[in-house]
Amino acid sequence: MYFSRWKALGIILTTLVVCAFAVPNFFPEKMVQSWPKWAQRHIVLGLDLQGGVSILLEVDVAEVRKDKVNSLREDVIRVARENRLGSNPTIRGNTVEFRVRQGADPALALQKLRELSQPLGGVLGTTGQRTVDVVDAGTGVIRLTPTEPAIVERVRQAVEQSMQVLERRLNFTGTVEPSIQRQGVDRILVQVPGLSDPQQILDILNKTAKLEFRMVDQSVPPDQVDPNNVPPDSELLKGTKADNSQLYLIEKRILVSGADLTDAQPGFDQRTNEPIVTFRFNNNGARRFAQVTTENVGKPFAIVLDGEVLSAPVIREPILQGSGQISGSFTVESATQLSVLLRAGALPAKLTVIEQRVVGAGLGQDSIEKGKLASYMGAALVVIFMFVTYGLFGLFANIAVLFNVAMIFGVLSLLNATLTLPGIAGVVLTVGIAVDSNVLIYERIREEVRAGRTPISAIDAGFTRALATIMDSNITTFIAASVLFYIGTGPVRGFAVTLGIGIITTVFTAFTLTRLIVAMWVRWWRPKTVPI
Amino acid sequence: MRLLRIVPDDTKFDFMRFRRISFPISALLSILAIGLYFFHGLNFGIDFVGGTLMEVQSKAGPADIAKMRSTLEGLGVGEVQLQQFGGPSDVLIRLAQQPGGEEAQQVAVAKVKTALGDTVEYRRLEVVGPRVSTEFLTSGTLGLMLAIVAILVYLWFRFEWQFALGAMIANVHDLVLTIGFMSVMQIDFDLTSIAALLTILGYSLNDTIVIYDRIREMLRRYKRMTMADLLNVSVNATLSRSIITHVTVTLALLALLLFGGRAIHSFTATMMFGVVLVGTYTSVFIAAPILIYLGVGVGRETQKDEGAP
Repeated sequence: MYFSRWKALGIILTTLVVCAFAVPNFFPEKMVQSWPKWAQRHIVLGLDLQGGVSILLEVDVAEVRKDKVNSLREDVIRVARENRLGSNPTIRGNTVEFRVRQGADPALALQKLRELSQPLGGVLGTTGQRTVDVVDAGTGVIRLTPTEPAIVERVRQAVEQSMQVLERRLNFTGTVEPSIQRQGVDRILVQVPGLSDPQQILDILNKTAKLEFRMVDQSVPPDQVDPNNVPPDSELLKGTKADNSQLYLIEKRILVSGADLTDAQPGFDQRTNEPIVTFRFNNNGARRFAQVTTENVGKPFAIVLDGEVLSAPVIREPILQGSGQISGSFTVESATQLSVLLRAGALPAKLTVIEQRVVGAGLGQDSIEKGKLASYMGAALVVIFMFVTYGLFGLFANIAVLFNVAMIFGVLSLLNATLTLPGIAGVVLTVGIAVDSNVLIYERIREEVRAGRTPISAIDAGFTRALATIMDSNITTFIAASVLFYIGTGPVRGFAVTLGIGIITTVFTAFTLTRLIVAMWVRWWRPKTVPI
Repeated sequence: MRLLRIVPDDTKFDFMRFRRISFPISALLSILAIGLYFFHGLNFGIDFVGGTLMEVQSKAGPADIAKMRSTLEGLGVGEVQLQQFGGPSDVLIRLAQQPGGEEAQQVAVAKVKTALGDTVEYRRLEVVGPRVSTEFLTSGTLGLMLAIVAILVYLWFRFEWQFALGAMIANVHDLVLTIGFMSVMQIDFDLTSIAALLTILGYSLNDTIVIYDRIREMLRRYKRMTMADLLNVSVNATLSRSIITHVTVTLALLALLLFGGRAIHSFTATMMFGVVLVGTYTSVFIAAPILIYLGVGVGRETQKDEGAP
């Protein structure tokens, strides 16, 4: 039961420092912001307590694969044309199949097509993997398939780019403190605290916003086009207006795309006072747009957004200054939204919402109040019971538990961890369990006293013998908490965090603080009997 | 001050005698629980089967559930469950998983929102698509298995294998009974339930380990005591601690159950059953006596003749 002065000081200091990290949580955020950076760490309230929107998006891998196969086909066509190798390739599943023209050299074809396969750059440089599998299937047939690593790499890039685009979109709409995180290979978790209308967020998150300027194909009037026999270089597209089932026949060739935009702003048409979106091209886009409009005066072109025609105006005069406007029966809101989407850029792939959780601010506030009440009641009940059962030693245990809880909040702040309602339950449970270590020790002391030991030796034996048991029992619970942390998300993970931290602080206090308190009591009072 | 002694100091209760009753009872209850799982089923929440959960609060006083039901059932969004939740103006709406992939879920939510319009305040909305729910189910099941194996390995490392096995049997029994309880009460089985099950696993083991630690100590100290006596002494010696600890955990859980609100109600109810009712019983009446059957201390009785040739 002997603690050197330094050891005692060390224990007290460690405890106080860890507790001190919880301090910023008790001050208003405005005030904390003026403190030094290291003192600003605080607990983040989970969305279930704060209210907010959490949306899990997934990149459509099938679509990425399809895009990849399509662009591979384009490449094969180009190579075949350049080298006069044969006709157009066909797509079979995930494979591009190319038949070498009679009289062309199959070996040359194979060699030229092999050049389409690039070495795949990994994080550590080349990994020996390539982007395309090129197989000679014999009898002049060559099969090309994008490799799995190439698809994965493309998905990874798509997720990264999408995250940047989403961040810009959320920033442009003035969303407060959005959090955008990657999850796994193909997923993005977007969380916006304080917001309770998910529609607002959903509207700007899962739109691809791919803007294209293309020519309208006037060879056949759109209402006379046979859907099964569309001209090969054109496609039938719908208009954006919900009530408008008008179809447009649009050339597949993209003249200028949204990637060449530098700015887009909502505005009003000076003549009709209709909401519009004005845009400006970069140099490259402006040059191309000028060229196209010069060559096609009098013909209609189409502004296509995500495969739907926004409008198809006739080019009245060449547009040389590199700016223009889109009108298409917008409302003020939809014009603002489109300009945000255009400014932030297009998503590189389609994102699908696969999970969505929204908690209203009112419910969050209710949960906080209930959590608080339950914590106070739980703590009070446990503290009273411990005092009734163990008297003075119960008081020691209660002091230790008090510091234990303060330390849990300190560690949570230090980690900037998220506190959820199940997390609060975890803290309350820790209070119940933290006293278990004291109970183990005290029961052991009672036994040793009964066995006829002197007070000091009984206390010493009680601590020493109980500690192994405390370790064993807490490690198993810690294993369970770790697994829970690994598999859980959101609120459940919050529970795992507080439970896990609670176990560590419990073991710490049992080994050091409780022991120190009892040791100091023994030293000052020199008890003849143990009041336990 | 006279201190509270829940368990008198010299308790000598013959727990081992009850193993002839407790084992058949536990076996029976376990079979019953497994039967319930297969024939009565669990009330799987949207985390595991996908679908939509909405908590709405009627703005104009008590909610007219019958009217809401007829409105929503006419939307063609499949099965709609409505349930009063908390106060008279709070309603929980559950839509089943919509056929047609991830986007169909969003369409259904939009339909419901249009139908209810501004008459209600949306307090909570959860949409779990088919892909995520399948993953939750896999990772939840896998997590439970992983935890059991990890704990088994740890116990094997710390104790002899019989102890590890005994603890495992006892605690799988706890989980099985708790799942049976959830089936009877039709408690929403969601991710929080997995959290409850894992915590129950941790705490029941905690209890078992305290007793096992004592048994191990006694095995080393008293070489000549019969196994049944030794187990009885161990259980009696730790009885006071077990009861005091469970009272404190019960008090903490009681506070959560009474004041913690609906959101964690099913979680605490499950914990209460698993930790307090089953966990305590198991460590005393199953985990300890099972060591006899697993062959711990075989041949101890004959050790009395240690000195003989």
